[in-house]
Amino acid sequence: MSGLDSLYQQVILDHSKQLSGFGELERADAERFERNPTCGDEITLQVALEPGTDRIASFGWQGRGCSISMASASVLSELAPGLTMPELQSRVDAFREMLRSRGVGEPDEEILGDAVAFQGVAKYVMRIKCAMLAWVAAEGCMVQLR
Amino acid sequence: MVLVTGRRASGRRRGRNERQSVSQLAVGVTTAPLTDSEVEEIRRDFPALQGTVNGEALAYLDSGATAQRPLSVLDAERDFLEHRNAAVHRGAHTLAGLATEAYEDARATVASFVGAQPDEIVWTSNATDSLNLVAYGMVNASRGRGGATARRFALTEGDEIVVTEAEHHANLIPWQELAALTGATLRYIPVDDDGIYQATDAAAVITDKTRVVAIAHVSNVTGFVAPVAEIVALAHQAGAVVVLDACQSAPHRRLDLPALGVDFAAFSGHKMLGPTGIGVLYGRTELLEALPPFRTGGSMISTVTMEGADYLPAPQRFEAGTQPVSQAVAIAEAVRYLEHVGLDRIEAHEEALAERMLAGLATIPGIRVVGPGAGIPRAGLVSFDVAGVHAHDVGQYLDSKGIAVRVGHHCAQPLHRRLGLTATTRASAYLYTTTAEVDRFLEAVGEVRGYFGEV
Repeated sequence: MSGLDSLYQQVILDHSKQLSGFGELERADAERFERNPTCGDEITLQVALEPGTDRIASFGWQGRGCSISMASASVLSELAPGLTMPELQSRVDAFREMLRSRGVGEPDEEILGDAVAFQGVAKYVMRIKCAMLAWVAAEGCMVQLR
Repeated sequence: MVLVTGRRASGRRRGRNERQSVSQLAVGVTTAPLTDSEVEEIRRDFPALQGTVNGEALAYLDSGATAQRPLSVLDAERDFLEHRNAAVHRGAHTLAGLATEAYEDARATVASFVGAQPDEIVWTSNATDSLNLVAYGMVNASRGRGGATARRFALTEGDEIVVTEAEHHANLIPWQELAALTGATLRYIPVDDDGIYQATDAAAVITDKTRVVAIAHVSNVTGFVAPVAEIVALAHQAGAVVVLDACQSAPHRRLDLPALGVDFAAFSGHKMLGPTGIGVLYGRTELLEALPPFRTGGSMISTVTMEGADYLPAPQRFEAGTQPVSQAVAIAEAVRYLEHVGLDRIEAHEEALAERMLAGLATIPGIRVVGPGAGIPRAGLVSFDVAGVHAHDVGQYLDSKGIAVRVGHHCAQPLHRRLGLTATTRASAYLYTTTAEVDRFLEAVGEVRGYFGEV
């Protein structure tokens, strides 16, 4: 796989064309706006919990940005529903760790699922913030819900 | 290519620079674009251009952000540090004298580069710093500092500051702050769908209330060349001072700032083959003498008591603290390099490259170029949008081919908002850019939409 293809894995290109979770939720328990000041990419992410629990019922997001930031939000939207907040936080931590790994080590596909496709981003230091954008917004939502 | 040594102010020893003998280039006597062989000769002076990126020869098309530096500039800085390094304008030892002389020689060289007198040149850390120096000097004048002579710079409610909608944030935020701190109103000259404006648009905004007009000479996004003479006439008729952001013009075209008639101008060393950490503020003598300082401290004073201080005349008044001396020596060497090649030839070369980029981009489906259309002057840079592909992805694809471009909003968010874009891709040329690099760039741009599944 060429360097560029390891960054733009097919999973990422597919997600960037077919965005999961894009749109506004009818009912949200938390909402967070994040912006990457260096490129202007932005996202508004909403979380709805299953009533009376800390389990995520649905994710909705809107925004614009590069294929990495959009695909990352899409993948997260498929991963998050059904997880409790601590479970989601552990995914965010694992995702961040993978992106900071500089490509060393194997990410845990068990817990990250399709998000392991972003492993190649770790070698492109300028793009890590793109991949993290939605995940940082999700962390912000969880802080509000605590 | 190598540097003319005859232009140096004195026959100072060159140390290890002796290998920079005399260039074979015809010294700037024509206005013809550089030939391919001349560009190849120039490129040999730039070590950073010799490298590979991602296994491909580097095609550096990001000189609008920062330029690469020739050996003579690197060597001049090192030569200074090896033989003449000392604090300037203090100390009585021999090295202190040599360093001060080199520092002031550099000022004279840069002054002559823009048609100015040495005392009209203030060293700053970069163009952003230069613009802040003027804006915050006016804040201080507005608070009564600088006495009666500074009153011409005092702003109050009802006064207006005029910028354009296309400004780099460096020439926008300081004026927003000046307005916020003085009660003045910030107004702007709107741009059209291409991101450019006419002198008539300026005439609708510049009025008797205008006290400052701050504009870019050449837009860092569109390459648009501002109608400076017309704006200076309008501003001066209104009694306003004109501040010119010359970052994208000073490195690329012959400038005569007094002839242009602007009151202040700012540019950066690192965009004109010089080092980072040094910038230039030009100000007409009369104005620099009247503007209160913004930074205070050592080396800008004459008499100090525990109650107050008298300040030195400009430019020293604006140069508090230890100065970027080796950088000043290096920026002067950069000026010599540019003058040796010839600014007119550099401008013609870049204009030809921009035309080649525009013509090539016009044949690629899905490309929207921003900025002046055919027949309107444009500097050697082109920003564009690729339908369906974000600029970061465009830049990443080009990078995989060894081609370095700028992506994002280029520190001009309001302009991008006006154009309906969050980000663009910008290719910018300089004297060392080859037609082959432009062709590689065009070929790669032509592949982008296919790679990202847009066609």
